[in-house]
Amino acid sequence: MELDRLVFTFFNAEIAREYLPDIVKGFWITVKLGLAVIASGLALGLAAAMLRSFQVRAINLLIVVYADAFRALPPLMVIIILFFAFPYAGLPMSAFTATWLSLALVLGAFAEEIFWAGIISIPKGQSEAARSTGMNRWRTLVHVVLPQAVRLTIPPLTNRTIAITKGTALGSVVALSEILGAAHSAASLAGNPTPLTLGAIAYLLLFIPFVIFGRWVESRFAWRR
Amino acid sequence: MEAILQQFLNPAIAAKVFPYLLKGFGTTLLLSLLVVPLGLAGGLAVAVLPTLRRRWLSWLVIAYVDFFRAFPPLVLLLFIYFGAPFLGVNLPAILAVALGFLLNTSSYYGEIFRAGIESVPRGQWEAARSTGLSWRQTMAHVVVPQATRNVLPDLIGNTLEVVKLTTLASVVAIPELLNAARNAQALTYNPTPIVLAALIYLVALWPIVRLISRLEHKAVAVR
Repeated sequence: MELDRLVFTFFNAEIAREYLPDIVKGFWITVKLGLAVIASGLALGLAAAMLRSFQVRAINLLIVVYADAFRALPPLMVIIILFFAFPYAGLPMSAFTATWLSLALVLGAFAEEIFWAGIISIPKGQSEAARSTGMNRWRTLVHVVLPQAVRLTIPPLTNRTIAITKGTALGSVVALSEILGAAHSAASLAGNPTPLTLGAIAYLLLFIPFVIFGRWVESRFAWRR
Repeated sequence: MEAILQQFLNPAIAAKVFPYLLKGFGTTLLLSLLVVPLGLAGGLAVAVLPTLRRRWLSWLVIAYVDFFRAFPPLVLLLFIYFGAPFLGVNLPAILAVALGFLLNTSSYYGEIFRAGIESVPRGQWEAARSTGLSWRQTMAHVVVPQATRNVLPDLIGNTLEVVKLTTLASVVAIPELLNAARNAQALTYNPTPIVLAALIYLVALWPIVRLISRLEHKAVAVR
C-alpha cells in the first residue's frame, strides 16, 4: 500500500505522459545553454590565458582581477545581477542570455586559471628552444607550449566544466524554462512531484555520461605529481 | 558616472540596507558552518569505505559519487524540499538544505579525500600496522593526516565552492545574504542591495581565492 502511494506520488504515469513534452522542451534548452556556456567559457579562458602569457603588466592585472572576481562570486549572484540589476542601466536581457553570460564568465575565469597553471608548468627551456630556432612568440605559444600545457589541464578542466554546466539549472531562478524550470512549474500545476522526478532523470541522462567521461579522462591524463 | 552610482550604489539605500545584509551574511556564515563539516565528514566516510576492500562496497561508493556529481545541487534541493511533504514528512527548509548539501558535497569531498588516501605510500600502512596499530588507528593517526595535507589546496578550493553554493538556500527562503538582498531589492525598487551583496561576497571570499591560487601555483612549481 505504501509502495503504491509512493509510485502514485513520484512516478505517476498519467502525469508523466501529460508533462513529458514540457520536460523534453526544457531538455533541449538545457542542452543549447550548456553547449553555449562550454564553448564560450572555454574559449574565453584560453584566450585570457594566452594573452596573459605575453606578460603585459596592465593586461595581466585586468585578467587577474577578472579571474579572481568571478571565482569569488557565487554564480547565482552573478545571474541575479545580470538579470535584475542590468535592466536599470538600460541593458535588459532575456533569462537565457543572463544565465549563459553569467556561467560563461564564471567558467572563463576558472578555465583561465587552469590553462595558466598548465602554461607555467611547461619548463622555460621549451619556449627558449623554440624561440632560438627562429619561431616568433605567437608560434612558440601555439605550436610548442600550448599542446603540452593543454594536455595537463584536461582532467581539472573537465571536472570544472561539468560542475559549472550543471549550473544551467540556476536559470530556473530567473524563470528560464530549462529542465528544472519546466519541471518545477509542471509540478506546481499538477500538484504532484512526478515532473520533478522526470526532470531529475533528464539531468542524469544528460550528465552521467560526462561524469563517467571525466573519470576516464582523469585516469588517462592524470596530473603526474 | 554620478547617475550610475545613484542607481547602482545609492548611498542612502546602501546605508539603510547594510545592517540587514550583514545579518544575511551572518546567516550565510552559520549555514556554511553547518554544511561544510557535514560535507567533510560525509566525504571522509565516502573515501574511507573503499579501503575496506569489499568489492560491492567500492562499486556502491562509485555509483553514489557519480550519481550526485551528475545531479545539479539545485535540482536535488528542490526535489527534497518539495518532494518530502508528499511523503508525509514536513521537512523544514534548513533540514532540506542540510540533506541536499550532505549528498552533493560529500561526493566532491569524497573524491578529493580518495585522491589523498591514494597518495599515501603503501609502506606507511604496512609500517603502521606492523607496529601493532589497529586498522582504525592506522587510518586515523597515519593515513588520514598525511592524505589531508597532500590534498589541502583541493579541500580549501572545494570549501570555497560550498560556501558559494549556500546561495541556493535563498531559493527555499532561508534568509542568507542573497535572499536578504533580493528582499531588500523588492522593497526599495532599486538594484543597490544586490550590488552591495555582490561586493560583500567579493570582499569576504577574495582572500580565499588568492590563497587557493598561491597554493595551486606552488603545487605546480614543486612538480
